[in-house]
Amino acid sequence: MTQGRIHSIETFGTVDGPGVRFVVFVQGCPMRCAYCHNPDTWAMEGGTMMEPSEIIEQYERNKGFYRGGGITVTGGEPLMQIDFLIDLFTLAKQKEIHTCIDSSGIAYKPDANPQWLEKLDHLLTLTDLVMLDIKHINPEKHKKLTEQPNEGILAFCSYLNEKKVPMWIRHVVVPTITDDDESLYQLGYFIGQFTNLKALDLLPYHTMGKVKYEKLGMKYPLEGVPAMDKNKIIQKKKTVLEGVRARRLEMGLIK
Amino acid sequence: MRPEWTDFVGGKWVSEVNVRDFIQKNYTPYDGDDSFLAEATQNTKDLWNQVLDLQKQEREAGGVLDMDTKVVSTITSHGPGYLDKSKETIVGFQTDKPFKRSLQPYGGIRMAEKACADNGYTVDPEISEFFSTHRKTHNAGCFDAYNPEMRACRSSHIITGLPDAYGRGRIIGDYRRVALYGIDRLIEDKEEQKASTGRVMTDDVIRLREELSEQITALKMMKVMAASYGCDISKPASNVQEAIQATYFGYLCAVKEQNGAAMSLGRTSTFLDCYAQRDLKNGTFTEEQIQEFVDHFIMKLRCVRFARTPEYNQIFAGDPVWITESLGGVGIDGRHMVTKMSFRYLHTLTNLGPSPEPNLTVLWSTRLPENWKKYCAKMSILTSSIQYENDDLMRVTHGDDYAIACCVSSMRVGKEMQFFGARANLAKCLLYALNGGVDEVTKKQVGPKYRPVAGDVLDYEDVLAKFKDMMEWQADVYVNTLNIIHYMHDKYCYERAQMALHDRDVRRYFATGIAGLSIVADSLSAIKYAKVEPIRDEDGIIIDFKTTGDFPKYGNDDDRVDEIAQHIVSFFMTALRRHHTYRDGFPTMSVLTITSNVTYGKATGNTPDGRKKGQPFAPGANPMHGRDTHGAVASLSSVAKLPFMDAQDGISNTFTIIPGALGKEDKVFAGDIDMELDLGLDK
Repeated sequence: MTQGRIHSIETFGTVDGPGVRFVVFVQGCPMRCAYCHNPDTWAMEGGTMMEPSEIIEQYERNKGFYRGGGITVTGGEPLMQIDFLIDLFTLAKQKEIHTCIDSSGIAYKPDANPQWLEKLDHLLTLTDLVMLDIKHINPEKHKKLTEQPNEGILAFCSYLNEKKVPMWIRHVVVPTITDDDESLYQLGYFIGQFTNLKALDLLPYHTMGKVKYEKLGMKYPLEGVPAMDKNKIIQKKKTVLEGVRARRLEMGLIK
Repeated sequence: MRPEWTDFVGGKWVSEVNVRDFIQKNYTPYDGDDSFLAEATQNTKDLWNQVLDLQKQEREAGGVLDMDTKVVSTITSHGPGYLDKSKETIVGFQTDKPFKRSLQPYGGIRMAEKACADNGYTVDPEISEFFSTHRKTHNAGCFDAYNPEMRACRSSHIITGLPDAYGRGRIIGDYRRVALYGIDRLIEDKEEQKASTGRVMTDDVIRLREELSEQITALKMMKVMAASYGCDISKPASNVQEAIQATYFGYLCAVKEQNGAAMSLGRTSTFLDCYAQRDLKNGTFTEEQIQEFVDHFIMKLRCVRFARTPEYNQIFAGDPVWITESLGGVGIDGRHMVTKMSFRYLHTLTNLGPSPEPNLTVLWSTRLPENWKKYCAKMSILTSSIQYENDDLMRVTHGDDYAIACCVSSMRVGKEMQFFGARANLAKCLLYALNGGVDEVTKKQVGPKYRPVAGDVLDYEDVLAKFKDMMEWQADVYVNTLNIIHYMHDKYCYERAQMALHDRDVRRYFATGIAGLSIVADSLSAIKYAKVEPIRDEDGIIIDFKTTGDFPKYGNDDDRVDEIAQHIVSFFMTALRRHHTYRDGFPTMSVLTITSNVTYGKATGNTPDGRKKGQPFAPGANPMHGRDTHGAVASLSSVAKLPFMDAQDGISNTFTIIPGALGKEDKVFAGDIDMELDLGLDK
């Protein structure tokens, strides 16, 4: 069994997938999203090494709470620890636990080495849901926001679609950075083509992560950017859905 | 069958007083959603505005609008009172006008006087004189019988919150009986019971005969009281309006005569739905009318007021009546017991707005219908006014016609009652164990003069053994004190109206409670797994602790400490069970100081877990604040491990969470976001 490098565990997760979930935060992420509220999970070192069986044991102790829920691995970037994920989810599936990966998709490259892709294929057969967080649809703006390109991430959507893995798209709406209607419509138009898309989850940006930066002695990149007005989110969501709808009409998926 | 029972399915309930049988034969489980519910009528809105205005006046007047200082409250002491007679479909107030608090001196004249005085009123001197000289009260009786040890325990707060100066409450009359059978039949039944008592006049038989006579008197007075409102409750109710009215009158009689620490309603909704279903089917009433009756009923419950002192309000964090109504649950035949009436009760939170009273309590089961679960979740999110209890756990011992008194005390309606029993402060008991019975705050020798702990480091086995000895002593003095209290309450402040709506031979729960469980568990854990050095004052009394190293803390799903907590619960319960209890009460225990944890904390010195003198206890069975660091599920798991059979009167866990952490807006329990639906809405 491959141990996981774990940042922390939340035993009562209610916003990271369907139902009440056992949420595993892994340590380590290559992205540097300006609005990240878990900068303490970035470093590839540190954290606590845990056996997959240890995690499943903890879950099983209190499985009564997770009826209709399951395990979500988030982070950090879960796909950076693919061997651990495979071992964890293999055990989970033996216990018929619903499995979910919350990923940025950054680990995926269409031209990645075949061995890794093979592992990914294996992992996806053990995965009930992928929540994919698309930070920005526009390549330049994505690069600016996260210090990483988005080509691989977008390609990952197609890949998941091919593999028929149910997918939720999450998108953080940050005032002045990701809230322009054009980008939101484009995002919708892009994801509209995928039939494995099950849900869209627009997350209003909040400033609660700021404290962590201060604690870590880091400069907060979005200093001065206000939190997203929750009430405006409904309108923003409509804009994305308009894009989805347009694409699906074009493709003849809906009438 | 009687004409009022036409269309009902008969059964045992026809020939004997048996409300449960009536419900089981006649109720209609409802699996649908909340779309059938009716809005508040104009009359409801008008009346509710009147109540809101009275509430505002009451607040502006400093918490009390009016008090009766001359008339001792009985079932028939006051003439009818109204908000607006022409608009009220359900009538009745405790006194002759809304929000006027009644005078109830039987629990204790001093408390009644103080409640008045603290609010700027004076009890009529003649009444004070009468209840001090000519008519003894419950309170006077208790203090006549207490021994010095009991008094010392009381004033040092190692036993605390004793109901020796006010009504004990926690008794639920089966108010539904008034509706189903009518008073005349209930009197007949009681006469038969009286004729069936033993022939040898032992103390027990004499007391029973006297009590049954008191009950019959109360029943006769109920008829008179109802008649003053123009209602005839001698006969069974013939429709849902009459059934709600009769049920409410039964409850009203209880609160006219008892200012109890918790005056709960029972489990009325599914019973009343039998009438509503029949009326809807026969076209007697519309849904809108039925909702109006329910709204007016609930409105009346929200107007129940008692005369209380500021100290009382401090202990109980406000001025609660604990009008708990238990909703839903599952029957022992497997059918759930959710009806349209269950929805209508919760719907009052929409029609009248959120409110802590009545304390609407959902008996939760995994097998409840999905639509009901969703509605409960929705109403909880909107109003934060619903309490939940585990029906799957309680149904095992109580069947399917039990209700909750106060916050967690379960009892079968009309068949079981409770002697409410305050709390033993276990945290303080642990300190007594260390100090050989000397109180750490007052330095007085309160407990037995056992050998105190010696040495510079506390030894787990030594402390545990001493703690157990001290708990045995505490249980002993605690049960004895309660025996006196309940003897005197029965003698001088008997709940005749509520007991008239019980069977002859009731099971009496002898309820006790503990406070400070998490402190004790963490303290013992610290002594076991870390190094705890006692700090003694100049008299050699341990007043503080120096703890080095970490230790497992209750609330993290860690068996090392959770097992200590379980062990303490079982040990103390076993100690209690060893004792003689008044009227052969069945001893139970609760872990539920939901509001008084602050007060208990003030009276308790430094504890080995690191809690400082005066700091509040955790509420109920909660882990200490901030020590549960492994998330909610781990925290809840620690609490859930406590043995229910040794804490049958209830285990409470106060759980607070910011709404955002519970999920996304009202989609929390409403399922995944539906792509098709969202797209559909967008068209």
